[in-house]
Amino acid sequence: MAAIIAAVDRAAFFEFLTRMGDNTLILGHRVSEWCGHAPVLEEDIALANTALDLIGQTQLWLGLAGEIEGKGRNADNLAFLRDAGGFRNVLLVERPNGDFGQTLMRQFLFDAWHHGMLTALTASADPRVAEIAAKALKEVSYHLERSSDLVIRLGDGTPESHKRMQQALDDIWTYTGELFVADETDRAMAEAGIAPDPARLRAKWEEIVTGVLTEAALKIPATGYVHKGGRRGVHTEHLGYILADMQFLQRAYPGAVW
Amino acid sequence: MYAQVIKSEGAKPRGEMSPEEIAFQERIDRGEKIEPKEWMPEGYRKTLIRQIGQHAHSEIVGQLPEGNWITRAPTLERKAILLAKVQDEAGHGLYLYCAAETLGVSRDELLEKLHNGSMKYSSIFNYPTLNWADIGAVGWLVDGAAIMNQVPLQRTSFGPYSRAMIRICKEESFHQRQGYDIMMKMARGTPEQKAMAQDALNRFWYPALMMFGPSDKDSVHSAQSMAWKIKINTNDELRQKFVDQTVPQAEYLGLTVPDQHLKWNEEKGGYDFSEPDWSEFYDVLAGNGPCNRERLGARVKAWEDGAWFRDGLVAHAEKAEARRAAAKIAAE
Repeated sequence: MAAIIAAVDRAAFFEFLTRMGDNTLILGHRVSEWCGHAPVLEEDIALANTALDLIGQTQLWLGLAGEIEGKGRNADNLAFLRDAGGFRNVLLVERPNGDFGQTLMRQFLFDAWHHGMLTALTASADPRVAEIAAKALKEVSYHLERSSDLVIRLGDGTPESHKRMQQALDDIWTYTGELFVADETDRAMAEAGIAPDPARLRAKWEEIVTGVLTEAALKIPATGYVHKGGRRGVHTEHLGYILADMQFLQRAYPGAVW
Repeated sequence: MYAQVIKSEGAKPRGEMSPEEIAFQERIDRGEKIEPKEWMPEGYRKTLIRQIGQHAHSEIVGQLPEGNWITRAPTLERKAILLAKVQDEAGHGLYLYCAAETLGVSRDELLEKLHNGSMKYSSIFNYPTLNWADIGAVGWLVDGAAIMNQVPLQRTSFGPYSRAMIRICKEESFHQRQGYDIMMKMARGTPEQKAMAQDALNRFWYPALMMFGPSDKDSVHSAQSMAWKIKINTNDELRQKFVDQTVPQAEYLGLTVPDQHLKWNEEKGGYDFSEPDWSEFYDVLAGNGPCNRERLGARVKAWEDGAWFRDGLVAHAEKAEARRAAAKIAAE
């Protein structure tokens, strides 16, 4: 019986780690698509830096996932050799970049969650998780500071920047709820003290988001609808194209060393 | 070398120089640095703006051919390294625009000239990156060629440019090693990978040689720039040095330099090699390279699409300032 529980925990632990790593991988990919195309040079630098942080975090989360799984897969195997149904990121991070406002709004809503999640994970019962979280939290604190600041400035900028930021918020809002919906994996992680129950992160997230959006003179959409599925492998059409790009070389030249 | 065919101004024999110009030239001859607030001939200032501006534009446009492979980098580590490299390049652009600003030209004015085609960027970035080994070749050959020119420019006469070069060179030599590391993996990988590496060398070899600009005998602007120590070595000297350094590296990789006339010349202590096709070089400068329209188009689009963003930030800063002023009045 103990062995069975351990096996279930291991599967849940692996699942949890891929959720963390796939979020950072897919968002990092999206952000990196901006490279060389940002509205001002400082933003090119900041976006590359954000993408770099997220890819670095992916290496840690997926690396640990591979170890926990115990089937000999490393972070690269997980990133480059799973198909869309194997990915566990939330739908929010695979949304297309749109204009810079949409990219920024997606980043801010994610950062506000990511910050709370990592803060909680620094107290994880698993020391490796706590260690990765502590390292990532330093980076994500800066991401949140930057995205909050820009959302405020653009929301309360010109009529056009305001309109674009409101549109971005309206378009993406229904993709935020998935961050807080718990399933069996989350319950197993919470019981083991490895990760918080996602619902517990909601109040703090709402406080940050409401504060920033109010200062930005933006209106939170009234809808409570939640698009979900990514965390159990049911994605939007967009993920397939991301993977077609990302995995091309590994798929076309199996076994090559790069 | 990210500055090519820079038109230099004000070439004058010493007898025609004003006392100020003579004193200025003597400072340069003594190896002193010229700082922004000090007197300088108008030609020196204008030539430097062209050169630093072109270098800055090259860093910015140079993000594009490498950015082309970020989303397709084959491993997480390669992706992270490439992101860091492209980020460094944007940073180099930033230092260089700042250096140019000390000469009295704003970044926006320089960008306007890039966008309307009146200022150029290095011809090399008008070539496409077609396979993953191209990312290695860009680091190895393109950054390698750039370093040849930039290392001596650390000693250039204009203080801010010299200091920018010192920072840039540290990062560029790191990039070159990373590029060579990709080439090693490819050249020693599967037959397909080795073929990609050879293909990349075949396509980038001559465009890399073109980076040094036309032969000295055809380079009309060199003499004045060299007197001013804006240019330290001649185009041909640097090209020779690059070939001498690079050929053994290609041999070590087991790759063939695409030049049937390439041969070690014992007497001169360097390789004899074929000239690039200069008509191709002038075609690319004239806007007819494989990617000119895409590269410039991408930069113009980024700028135009970003107008609302920049305007929004300015408007917010003005509002915030007005609110602070109002609060101050209310408090008094």
